[in-house]
Amino acid sequence: MRKHELVIGLAAALSIALFLSPFASSWPDGLEKVAKDLGFFEKGEGAEILKAPLPDYKFPGLDSEGVSTALSGAIGTFAMFGIGFGVARLLRRKGQ
Amino acid sequence: MHIPDGFLSTTTWVSAWTVSAGGLGCCVKQAGRAMKDRMVPLMGVLSAFIFAAQMINFPVMGGTSGHLLGGVLAAVLLGPWAGAVVIACVLIFQCLVFQDGGLTALGANILNMALVGTLGGYFIYRVMAKLLGGEKGIVTGAVVAAWFSVIAAASLCALELALSGTSPLGLVLPAMAAVHAIVGIGEGMITGLIVGFILKTRPDLIYRGQGSGYRVQGEEQEHRSAEGELDAKA
Repeated sequence: MRKHELVIGLAAALSIALFLSPFASSWPDGLEKVAKDLGFFEKGEGAEILKAPLPDYKFPGLDSEGVSTALSGAIGTFAMFGIGFGVARLLRRKGQ
Repeated sequence: MHIPDGFLSTTTWVSAWTVSAGGLGCCVKQAGRAMKDRMVPLMGVLSAFIFAAQMINFPVMGGTSGHLLGGVLAAVLLGPWAGAVVIACVLIFQCLVFQDGGLTALGANILNMALVGTLGGYFIYRVMAKLLGGEKGIVTGAVVAAWFSVIAAASLCALELALSGTSPLGLVLPAMAAVHAIVGIGEGMITGLIVGFILKTRPDLIYRGQGSGYRVQGEEQEHRSAEGELDAKA
C-alpha cells in the first residue's frame, strides 16, 4: 500500500464516519428487531455493566445529534486506524 | 447483531468468553506468522474503514436495519487470521468506548462475528474462488462468503440466546436467520464492490497465502510465489 493510497483509504473511512453516519438508519438492527418481536428486548434495558465514554456513538454536550454522531465517528475512525496499525506492527514483530 | 448485556445467561457468556479467548489467541499466533510489512498500513486503514462502515445502518425491511460486518472483506485482504483480529479489535473498541455490545457479551460477539463469521467466511471464499477460478471466482467467492458469514454469525447468536433461556431455539433461530438473510445481501454487495475495485486497481493487495505459504522465508520469495499464483489463475 503506497502513501497516497493510505491517505485515500483513510479519507474514505473518515468521510463515511463524518458525512454518512448522521444519515444512517435509526431503525432497530436485526437482533434488536427479533428481540422486540419475541419479547426479550427488555432484558437488555439497563443491564449495562460498563459506562462507556461515548455511548451510542454520541459525543456528549452537543445540541445537534448529527454533529455529535459525526464527531464520535471521526474520533473512532482515527483511533481505530491507530489500533489496527499498532496491532499489525506488534503482530509483525512477534512473527519475525 | 452486537449482543448487549442482559441477553445471555452467565454460563453462556462465560463459556463464550473462554472459547473466544482461546480462539483469538490462535488467530494472533497465526496472524503473526502471516503478517508482512506491506500488510501493516493496510490493516490500519481497513480497521478504520470497517469501524466507519459499521456505523452506517442501511434500512432492510419491516422497520429493520443492518450494517456491514466486514469479516470476509478483512479476510480477503489480510488473510483469515489477521482478518479475525481486525474484527475482534473493532468489537472490543466499540464495546469499551461506544457501548455497542455488552462487556459480558463481548466474548460471544467475538465468537460470532470475528471467529466464526470471519474464519468460516474465509473458508467458503477460498473454496469458491478455487472452484470458479480467476478474478470472477475471487469476487463471486467473496460475495457468497460475505452473505454466509452474516447468516452463520446470526445463527450462532440465536443458539447462544436459546442456550441462555432467553428465547426458544425454534423461534429465535428462524427469526434471526430470516432477517440476516436480507442483511447479508447488503454485506455481499458491499464486500463484492470493494473486492472487485481492489482487484482492478491493486490486485496484489488481495491475500494469496495458503496453509504452507505461511512458512515461506523472505519477502521476495513470497511475493514471487504470489505473482505466480495470480498468473496461473488468470
